[in-house]
Amino acid sequence: MAEKLKLEMVTPYKRLLSEEVDELTAPGFVGELGILPGHTPLLTTLKVGELSYKKDSEQFHVAVNWGYLEVEGDTVTVLVDTAEKSDEIDLARARAAMDRAEDALKALPQEDKKYRIMEAALQRALIRIQVAGKKG
Amino acid sequence: MPSLKDIKKRIGSVKNTQQITKAMKMVAAAKLRRAQEAAVSARPYAEKLQAVLSNLAKREEADAHPLLSQRGTGRALVVLMTADRGLCGGFNGNVSKAAERFIRANEQGFDEIDLMIIGRKGRDFLKSRLGDKIIKVYENITADANYKTAALIGQEIVNNYTNEKYDAVYVVYNAFQSAIVQNVTLEQVLPIQPAEAVAADESVIDYLYEPNRGQVLAEILPKMVEVQIFRALVESNASEQGARMSSMDSASRNASEMIGKLTLQYNRARQAAITKELMEIISGSESIK
Repeated sequence: MAEKLKLEMVTPYKRLLSEEVDELTAPGFVGELGILPGHTPLLTTLKVGELSYKKDSEQFHVAVNWGYLEVEGDTVTVLVDTAEKSDEIDLARARAAMDRAEDALKALPQEDKKYRIMEAALQRALIRIQVAGKKG
Repeated sequence: MPSLKDIKKRIGSVKNTQQITKAMKMVAAAKLRRAQEAAVSARPYAEKLQAVLSNLAKREEADAHPLLSQRGTGRALVVLMTADRGLCGGFNGNVSKAAERFIRANEQGFDEIDLMIIGRKGRDFLKSRLGDKIIKVYENITADANYKTAALIGQEIVNNYTNEKYDAVYVVYNAFQSAIVQNVTLEQVLPIQPAEAVAADESVIDYLYEPNRGQVLAEILPKMVEVQIFRALVESNASEQGARMSSMDSASRNASEMIGKLTLQYNRARQAAITKELMEIISGSESIK
């Protein structure tokens, strides 16, 4: 059994990560899931959330937005629409996005189509702020 | 024989043109670098998704999902990707002609073929030939192709497909190979055709699916369409810049060749004028003697 997992994170714009990690935690569709080396092959969809991984006893955090995670052997492939490392997040922008979304949610009726969109935007902003708060 | 003044004027105008083509070449080269990066970095995502998909599809029935099932030959949609601007050699013409050829060749096969065009030049090119087939034109989205616009187009296509408005969707675009080489490519987008399953089944891995196989498939398939559109967009953009760069380069070279020829002609004419004047002076002085 290998001691490390190879983590590959790809977005449509670039290959964000390609690293050897010790363990990782991802926001799976049915709930948070942790993956250690030797995990059984798995394919899951991801929710908006925080993905964190440990490398040499150091913890890293990435805000991800909708995607897939595939475990195959000792390779973990993460395909996401957007991903931001904690040190790349623009906190001021995230805060502004949160305020905007909150205001919009207050003004909109719950049945409105936009309500769902703004709710998702709020969630993304919250996750970004949460991840940015942690040290990269 | 043109006069000295005429030739001089010609040289000046060719020089002006050369300046423009040189500048355009420079701009295209700078844009190309960015577009090329975008095209190259979009590849891993598309390839990974394709790999996951073909792995999934190997264990799925062909009609497990509407986007996978072959529905026969009712209406087809061709998505053509061209540039918004010209002056890029055969870039727009080639891809538009390929689309036209494809439509003409398959007119019998399908009840009806519709055409969706991205980029103004494709519309200009095909308006008079296939004007009745064009249902939609998107303009000004190729220059800064982002995933969001691609996703919107992808969703529109998927919706039209699931509503059974179309039974097959193709995309025609210039695939980027290098700055000088673009390959006109025709791909079938829908129904999705997963890569050929490998005969030896050792590569098939039994996955654990969360939440379940059907749902994973249902989410991954529309995604595939979006990614394919996005990829075609960025590749087409990179190809456009490459085509413009190389055609502007050859235009600049033609211009300097022309300037050389005109300068030679100018010097000859000047020499002839001097000789003529001399002869006149000599013969004048001869006659006085």
